[in-house]
Amino acid sequence: MLAIVIPISFALLGVAFLLTLVRLVRGPSLPDRIVALDTLNVNAIALIVVYGIQLRSTLFFEVALLIAVMGFIGTVALTKYLQRGDIIELN
Amino acid sequence: MDIVIEAIVCVLLLIGSLFTLIGAIGLARLPDFFMRLHGPTKSTTLGVGGVVLASVVHFTSLREFTSLHEILIPAFLFLTAPISAHMLAKAGIQQRVSLWEATRGRPALPGDPDAAPHATPAAPRAREPRD
Repeated sequence: MLAIVIPISFALLGVAFLLTLVRLVRGPSLPDRIVALDTLNVNAIALIVVYGIQLRSTLFFEVALLIAVMGFIGTVALTKYLQRGDIIELN
Repeated sequence: MDIVIEAIVCVLLLIGSLFTLIGAIGLARLPDFFMRLHGPTKSTTLGVGGVVLASVVHFTSLREFTSLHEILIPAFLFLTAPISAHMLAKAGIQQRVSLWEATRGRPALPGDPDAAPHATPAAPRAREPRD
């Protein structure tokens, strides 16, 4: 049963990737593109976890955690740059 | 593996993937930036939570001990998704993204004539002299 459900899950996540890429290309404004990049990060985490289930390996969770942390930092940096024109303000 | 545990893993995987797909559909199809913000920040995060829950059940049944360290991933996502959504909404307001005509309530910007009356900031009070 798991051998049938895992490819279905891969297919659903792949369609989600494609729709997010459509928004990333089409997005009329810069915040739309940042939302699309953030969603790509989250979709990649889900895909890596499903791949870990398929390979029966717990090695991939650290990868997913690193992608989560780096994606959040990237999103915050991009929005901060969009709002203030600078990322690290010293004064 | 027990057939019941496998069925639970399958159902959780399908639910998580479907929620992720629904979030992506919302991101691709909704007409407005502030509507499009709803899909990824709520539905996709919940979908990742379902997928990780399936992985917890799977590896707990596969190994002999409870596998809980992947709970860190949805915990971190549930913490950071509202923060990034808040910052993105503020950036969208400041960038003056185009709104759908049926969207009610305009964000209040200084010097914006067509702001909704309930969204306009209150007039600044006269500063009282100190003592």
